[in-house]
Amino acid sequence: MKLPSEQYGEFYQRDRTIHPPAHAPTYKTSVLRSPQKTLISLQNSLSEITGPVFGADELGPLDNDLIMNYAKTGLPVGERIVVYGYVLDENGRPVRNALVEVWQANAGGRYRHRNDTYIAPIDPNFGGCGRTLTDANGRYFYRTIKPGPYPWRNNVNDWRPAHIHYSISGSGWAQRLITQMYFEGDPLIASCPILRTIPSEAAVRQLIAPLDRNAGIQLDSLAYRFDIVLRGSRATWFENAVQPDDPMQGE
Amino acid sequence: MTIMVNKLEYLKETASQTAGPYVHIGLAPKQAGFDIFENNFGNVLAGPKTKGERIRVEGRVIDGSGTPLRDVLIEIWQANAAGKYNHPADRQKKPIDKRFRGWGRGCSDFTTGIWAFDTIKPGAVMGRNDRPMAPHINFWIVARGINVGLSTRMYFSDEQAANARDPVLNLIEWEVRRKTLIATREERKGHVVYRFDINIQGPDETVFFDI
Repeated sequence: MKLPSEQYGEFYQRDRTIHPPAHAPTYKTSVLRSPQKTLISLQNSLSEITGPVFGADELGPLDNDLIMNYAKTGLPVGERIVVYGYVLDENGRPVRNALVEVWQANAGGRYRHRNDTYIAPIDPNFGGCGRTLTDANGRYFYRTIKPGPYPWRNNVNDWRPAHIHYSISGSGWAQRLITQMYFEGDPLIASCPILRTIPSEAAVRQLIAPLDRNAGIQLDSLAYRFDIVLRGSRATWFENAVQPDDPMQGE
Repeated sequence: MTIMVNKLEYLKETASQTAGPYVHIGLAPKQAGFDIFENNFGNVLAGPKTKGERIRVEGRVIDGSGTPLRDVLIEIWQANAAGKYNHPADRQKKPIDKRFRGWGRGCSDFTTGIWAFDTIKPGAVMGRNDRPMAPHINFWIVARGINVGLSTRMYFSDEQAANARDPVLNLIEWEVRRKTLIATREERKGHVVYRFDINIQGPDETVFFDI
């Protein structure tokens, strides 16, 4: 028997009961964009347990500052907030060096995107995107303004609660996740057709960031905390079937 | 007396949500129509010094009505020309190519729905239980209306012998469905192009994996 290597076993199988089904008719766009055949379950190989590695030198100093990274003639309009949290795996271990990318509407609920035609105006000083890497403790943070809610065509007059989109790249390809963060106390959460595609109430709660009065910056910004959990991986206690062992490694 | 066992606690994975129609703002801001980051992630994986055969991979993602998605975002992940992933978990005795990360991100054109990557053809990677996998590129597909990112693999039409032995292709019970993962090689003005259309629904629905 070999000594355990602490890392790079297979990822635990994904618990699909906490994720929205592909076909979720209350969110109409999903109907023609959902596979109808079952997914083929794949045991992880090297293709799934590896994944892209990103370096801090690839990001700019203002990439995690949405208040400043598109400021042209002044500051963007809106409530100044800090969002922070930890990226952990299902074992509760920090995921280091995870790439966290965020994007959002401005304070009026308008996106800086050529396809968004909502009446609320573009803010000349707000781009609406940012990115950062988690530190050795899995922690990340960025500064922004709180996004506004906006209407969208699903039912005739559906409204999205205020939200920030997240894309997270962990250490392995199979951990890749895209999601949205919501804000504590938003009355539009309960009726959001996209949020309601998630079958588990606990999983919905996990997407709502609580206001953290302690973490805010005095007389400057409120703070919200949003922790993210990526899939955990098995410790390789026993000989690893994922790949042949290379005795030269790990010495 | 009944003795209760302590509950075994794991954290639960954060639930997925759709990328939405404006995914480009965050992941490809130039396509959204503005400049913000100095360094942008993109669809060119191979630099001038990367080892391997230059290829272009292109295609469309097609919905259940036959319409190409014009707002889809795709990421790919692949091994280098020697068949090694640029990641510490890959302990195969093969060289890393420092000029090749093996990862790219691309978007479909807002009009035609065509997406493309400029990369190199990957080598074969050892699979589970010492069964080699045929050369392949891993795909992750997100868009408005896709609630959980779709995972699939692209194989190469000129690798028939390796494909016939590939442990993942052979896992697909329905032989007729395996061809949905095989991109067709063509040459255009001296450039090698692999065409790979992904059908989300219908009789030719692409095989998607729960990885």
